[in-house]
Amino acid sequence: MKIQRLRGLVRKELLQIGRDPSAIAIALILPVFLLLLFGYGVSLNARHVPIALVTGHPSPQTASLFGGFDQSPYFDPRPYNSIVTARRALVRHQVDAIVWLRGDFSRRLLAGRDAAIGVFVNGVDANNARLLEGYTQGVWSSWSQEQAPGAALTAPVTVEDRVWFNPALRSRNYLVPGLIAIIMTLIGALLTALVVAREWERGTMEALMATPVSMGEILLSKLIPYFALGMGGMALSVSMAIWLFAVPLRGSVLVLFSAAAVFLFAALGMGLLISTVAKNQFVASMIAIVATFLPAFILSGFIFDVNSMPAPIRLLTHIIAARYFVAMLQTIFGAGDVWPVVLANGAALVLMAAFFLGLTWRLSRKRLD
Amino acid sequence: MTVSALILEAVSKRFQETGGPQVEALTDLSVQVKPGVITGLLGPDGAGKTTLMRLATGLLAPDHGRVAVFGVDTQRETHRIPALIGYMPQRFGLYEDLSVQENLNLYADLQGLAPAARAARYDELLRMTALGPFGTRRAGDLSGGMKQKLGLACALLRTPPLLLLDEPTVGVDPISRRELWAMIQDLLRSKVTVIISTAYLDEAERCDDLIVLHEGKLLGQGSPEMLRAPLAGRSFLVQAADGGRRRLRQQLAGRAGVIDAQVQAEAVRVITAAGSAVQPEDGEHWETVPPRFEDAFIALLHRHPAAAHKTESSLPPSPLAPADITREPVILVRELRRFFGHFEAVKGISFQVAAGEIFGLLGANGAGKTTAFRMLCGLLPPSSGVLRVAGTDVRSARATARARIGYVSQKFSLYGNLSVAQNLRFFASAYGLQGTRHVARLRWAEEEFDLGPYRDANAGELPLGFKQRLALACALLHEPRILFLDEPTSGVDPLARREFWVRINRLAEDGVTVMITTHFMEEAEYCDHLVLMSLGEILAAGTPTEVRRLAQSTGHPHPTMEDAFITLIESHEAQNRRAS
Repeated sequence: MKIQRLRGLVRKELLQIGRDPSAIAIALILPVFLLLLFGYGVSLNARHVPIALVTGHPSPQTASLFGGFDQSPYFDPRPYNSIVTARRALVRHQVDAIVWLRGDFSRRLLAGRDAAIGVFVNGVDANNARLLEGYTQGVWSSWSQEQAPGAALTAPVTVEDRVWFNPALRSRNYLVPGLIAIIMTLIGALLTALVVAREWERGTMEALMATPVSMGEILLSKLIPYFALGMGGMALSVSMAIWLFAVPLRGSVLVLFSAAAVFLFAALGMGLLISTVAKNQFVASMIAIVATFLPAFILSGFIFDVNSMPAPIRLLTHIIAARYFVAMLQTIFGAGDVWPVVLANGAALVLMAAFFLGLTWRLSRKRLD
Repeated sequence: MTVSALILEAVSKRFQETGGPQVEALTDLSVQVKPGVITGLLGPDGAGKTTLMRLATGLLAPDHGRVAVFGVDTQRETHRIPALIGYMPQRFGLYEDLSVQENLNLYADLQGLAPAARAARYDELLRMTALGPFGTRRAGDLSGGMKQKLGLACALLRTPPLLLLDEPTVGVDPISRRELWAMIQDLLRSKVTVIISTAYLDEAERCDDLIVLHEGKLLGQGSPEMLRAPLAGRSFLVQAADGGRRRLRQQLAGRAGVIDAQVQAEAVRVITAAGSAVQPEDGEHWETVPPRFEDAFIALLHRHPAAAHKTESSLPPSPLAPADITREPVILVRELRRFFGHFEAVKGISFQVAAGEIFGLLGANGAGKTTAFRMLCGLLPPSSGVLRVAGTDVRSARATARARIGYVSQKFSLYGNLSVAQNLRFFASAYGLQGTRHVARLRWAEEEFDLGPYRDANAGELPLGFKQRLALACALLHEPRILFLDEPTSGVDPLARREFWVRINRLAEDGVTVMITTHFMEEAEYCDHLVLMSLGEILAAGTPTEVRRLAQSTGHPHPTMEDAFITLIESHEAQNRRAS
């Protein structure tokens, strides 16, 4: 290892990053883009859902119940004249649910008898359907409390209130930290997956190898600048999470960035390994996306809970580095520096980083065949 | 006793193609390279030149045998090799997004050049390469010739004892080639041993020692004089009183005892087989000439049975009497201009091409010949001027004009993942061939170009010579009246190039008009007419003889095409500088 050679290589790498906007785009623009897209676009809560309101016999009571739906931020109610047209609208996806008050609704209500509400939910999107079910129940129970505050409803209404009425913030609070893990996977793997392959493709690797430089120096010169770039992307993502999406950070910044550093080594190691094996930029970027980004997206627990996966798939998630990082980030952001979680997952990441970097080291020989 | 700069002892090297058969790149090869001289490495495509270079760098390990640089074994003491060599791979190993100076800095760091020694060495190298004024320019924006010089400068930073140059002159124009050779010859004074591989046979004459390889085996080693010696009395220039040189060449090539016949200036250069005396026929004038290295190379390859390429004798005879050819120009260009922004790439050029002619478009890199060519093919609209191809105005009816032309681009435009047969089928469909014509043309292509054995091989895996054949076959499927060839022989080995020209000659004899750009000045001799372009203008036009005569002077009574090219371009560029 000679410092002059390493410095020369790192300087070259930095110049290339400066000249080629794609690396900067991946490290700094991609996180912003993805965070905006997912932070605002993806929400596990339903909002402004079109629903059909049908009543056979309009009365002050039906009007006040429908008023409850009108005021709810979750619904975008549309009146329909008959249940037939409302059903047609449901089938055609013009509305996602129907709330149906029969002609005798007001009469039975005033008579103090059981006044049934018909609720139809389009179950094609099962997740959404379950949410809608909950929301309609929420509207209905708060309305019925207003109607008859004295009349005891046996159900523990207050508990349900919290579940159904205050999820918006919480969904973003755990989505955004998970998203940061996905973004870091993409940055780490994509940045380095291209750079070694590029040297092979452009014929510069051959010229490099004919100089006294060692493979270790070449690999280090790839790690150092992209590690810095990746940490920059991390800082940007965390800033956006805290100040734009108002996600509270309960743990310490130091632990957060230490976790990121360890994870970044694993991600960069994966990228370098792909690049070393593929020797072709196009193939390398395909492998990087299929082998790192997609599994991280699906199997990391970022959106889909790992515990509800079938056992074989759950086993598979253990080799996804992002899984450990998602768990760490969600804990550090949401709960604070919970040491058992941080240390266990951190150890797994250290192992993975050592594995990928070590394997890359073994596979990169100063040879052309 | 002096230590050899490079020794290969019984070296064999195989490569396993992914999913393909094993390829034997070098077979039991033993050679020694003398120190302090320039050794040329010659051979057709796939001869093992690059493999030999890489073995010398220690980046490849031999399967059998031993490789040593100045007595240092490349495998047992790999770490010592980089200090002994400077290596310029085929693509120069430059970082295109780094500037000239940044490339130099990087390689100075990597080769451990002391910071104190740098300024002087940079100065020296930049002066030698004339790259001084371009220090801040990015390597990617340099011309091919300048890139090559920068690559050389990077390999020379530390003045290595052994300099390895892998085909440094491919795709570089004659002026840059000449400059590079001057630089290489200069190096000998600083005791650098140079090994250079090349596909240009005229460059062999500039080497002190030559290693001729073919299919991984040594065909011969020695000085150019030594290798030429057996050819004494076997090289002739033949002229016929009647008929064109092209027809004469075809007749001579088929004659017993003739190994090779090639158009050279007004005459045909003929090499005869050892020990066979060929009797001149009536009306022919045979003149014995001193052999060139190229003659020796062809003779060496002919001695080697595996090297026997397809020659005219195995090709079906072509009707020598050309079909009724109209004398009207097939291509008419008047005041053709093309601007890119404010830059005028083509500055009002005019010429015309008659049917059945081979017409050459020559020029250094950046002369505007590719731009002119693209406009002729209808790929690029001209800014102004008249452009008629096969009787159609290309500017208004590009599609009609295109149906009458065949085009082979520099990179061949083949589908690398499709087999030869699939490529042919695709292009036949793309040209709208149907029914029996479709079938007949496909069969024609396979037979005419000998593609049968490669039917199911992927186009991407073919040797370059066969790729070129396939590209030509694809371009000829729809029987175009005009064939456009953009540097079709760049990087193709000498034998494949000869064979290619035989085909082109036959096409011309059948009445197809051929328009060609080339870097190889000797190929200009095959053209009936040519124009020489520089900086967007036509410097000279006429037959090869007329163009060569322009460079004639008392000091230089018999200029070659390359001399003419360099003289004309240098005087033109000097004029331009004076004007500005």
